[in-house]
Amino acid sequence: MIFDFIEILFTAGFWAATIRIACPLIFATLGEVICERSGVLNLGIEGIMSLGAMVGWMSVYLGADLYSGVLLAAIIGALFGFLHAIFTVYLGASQHVTGIGITMLASSIGFFSFRLILPSSTTPPKIIPFEKINIPYLSDIPFIGEALFQHTPFTYIAFISVIIIFWLLNSTPFGLSIKMAGENPMALEAQGIDVLLVRTVSVIIGSALMAVGGAYLTMSAFDAFYFGMINGRGWIAIALVIFAAWKPERALLGAILFAGLDAYQVRAQQLAGAFIPYQFFLMLPFILSIVAMIVASKRTRYPKALLIPFRRGERH
Amino acid sequence: MINFRLEERENKSFWMNVIAPFIAIFIALLISCFLILLAGVSPLESYKELLIGSFGSRNAIAETLSRATPLILTGLAASIAFKAKFWNIGAEGQLYAGALAVTFFGTGLIELPTILMIPFLFLVGAVAGGLLLLPLVLLKNYYKVDEVVTTLLTNFIVILLVSYLLEGPWKDPMSLGWPQGASVIDQGVLPQIVARTRLHLGFIFSIFFAVLIWILLSRHIVGYQIKAVGFNPSAASHSGLPVLKTILIVALLSGGMAGMAGVTETAGLKGYLTLDLSPGFGYAGIAVAMLAGLHPLGVIASGIFLASIYVGADAMSRSMNVPSYLADVIVAITVLCVLVSLVLIQFKVKLLGSSK
Repeated sequence: MIFDFIEILFTAGFWAATIRIACPLIFATLGEVICERSGVLNLGIEGIMSLGAMVGWMSVYLGADLYSGVLLAAIIGALFGFLHAIFTVYLGASQHVTGIGITMLASSIGFFSFRLILPSSTTPPKIIPFEKINIPYLSDIPFIGEALFQHTPFTYIAFISVIIIFWLLNSTPFGLSIKMAGENPMALEAQGIDVLLVRTVSVIIGSALMAVGGAYLTMSAFDAFYFGMINGRGWIAIALVIFAAWKPERALLGAILFAGLDAYQVRAQQLAGAFIPYQFFLMLPFILSIVAMIVASKRTRYPKALLIPFRRGERH
Repeated sequence: MINFRLEERENKSFWMNVIAPFIAIFIALLISCFLILLAGVSPLESYKELLIGSFGSRNAIAETLSRATPLILTGLAASIAFKAKFWNIGAEGQLYAGALAVTFFGTGLIELPTILMIPFLFLVGAVAGGLLLLPLVLLKNYYKVDEVVTTLLTNFIVILLVSYLLEGPWKDPMSLGWPQGASVIDQGVLPQIVARTRLHLGFIFSIFFAVLIWILLSRHIVGYQIKAVGFNPSAASHSGLPVLKTILIVALLSGGMAGMAGVTETAGLKGYLTLDLSPGFGYAGIAVAMLAGLHPLGVIASGIFLASIYVGADAMSRSMNVPSYLADVIVAITVLCVLVSLVLIQFKVKLLGSSK
């Protein structure tokens, strides 16, 4: 019996599922990292992911090709990011309440439009999602090939975006501005750089990534849109940001670790489902998120200016 | 980009605070017109249907007030917490915790005469909601774990627990396979207050608690402490205020109010626990609180108003074919408009022209 539980770890299917489950979390966590690094908490994440999932899927359903669908999801995410920035960056409204408001608005507009276009669909219609691409030679490696190199292009984009965001934050002047906007906006302003603009652009980029993370669910992991399919993934991403200490590379690590546990629980459920009710397995991701935050709490160091609105000509 | 600066107003007008929510509602309804136009019907006609659906008949009014009952309670939960800048976004989970407590104690375990049974159920519901929040307060205080995230995540954990109990040990054997809890015993059921409607005693309770919280916040030392902690926790701590104790009181009150929303729905509206007991009352409570400017008495009015939007939108979606999610859109835009009004009440916008 106990060997069955260990054996799960030695199946390529488990690792492939881990990668698949990690992708939406990778996009969402990266997006939140950029927002928070610039000093803005974005609780709009859950709703923006939901809307991104709907828009990406719906575009393809109505005839767009897959990549345009992803792009449209990103654009709608960026728009809601801009809205969040107008409220939190320019008006300095409460980031908590604005974020909840954005989540309510984005998800309800998504649900409203879905029902408007498809008034009475009991079984959700399907699209042809991204198909798996076997990377030449690499995908032939036993075990590793199946686990890592037989995924959809969308999956590879997730991993590439980690590299891009890592590079953006650590090797470009703009990345430095983002970090300064979140740590010491006064110093950034003193260099003649517009803090509000840097924050706005960060929130727009971050929100676009969140929407793309949602679109991954409907366009690569599954092929249909369901109400409530985000199911707390956005909130889990917020916990992962803290666990990842606001670093993109650790966000990747956290997302994979987390997805691994999730993929494991699905398989363990099949083995132990008779003894342990499935609801307890489904609780694990949420409990683990809280545990992860407790574990990370000792070394947690929030960006100094997170949650603090910056007003020109005002001392902080 | 328009260049502007926000300057703090020297004298903040009381009347602006009163008018602002109405302007926010008006703008939200105006913006939502575009969505109704997308559905290809007349906005005015739709709003008329919405109004008739929520206040047009004796039954509609009763339905609106019974929907307002949990919204007032979760609205109070958010108001108390947000006043102290304690971001309890977990009212949904606390509501279900209250409902679980009612199902545990109220379905036969304890039998008291009605006059005692109903207050007893409210008590256990409130305690369950408050206790759910307690460990999260301690995590925040001792490990600096952000309560926004933990309260949000706890919602999902509690709902899964409810799902487990309703499909497993607490499933009512009489329910023919439908996952629902056993019925609350007759002594614990909240009686109807308007004949032949679903309006029940819970509505009176919700108003009673709004008044009670208002008195507590405005007349009692605790209210002053909550405001001080919310305004500036480190200053409050330096001046010798018991910050942890205050936050604990806030959490118990806030979680307690949300827990009682679970009581009114289980013991009042349905009579038993179901998995779809709350269509997001916990989250909507945040909108109720914001629209009320976090004022406990204002919560009564804004709770009834938002309830009328939800109830009216159901009727409107049936007659006009506009998806009922319009209600959620209106509520969300209202929240955002209230936020703008809060900024404009505190600051005046000064256009600077182009500085570069």
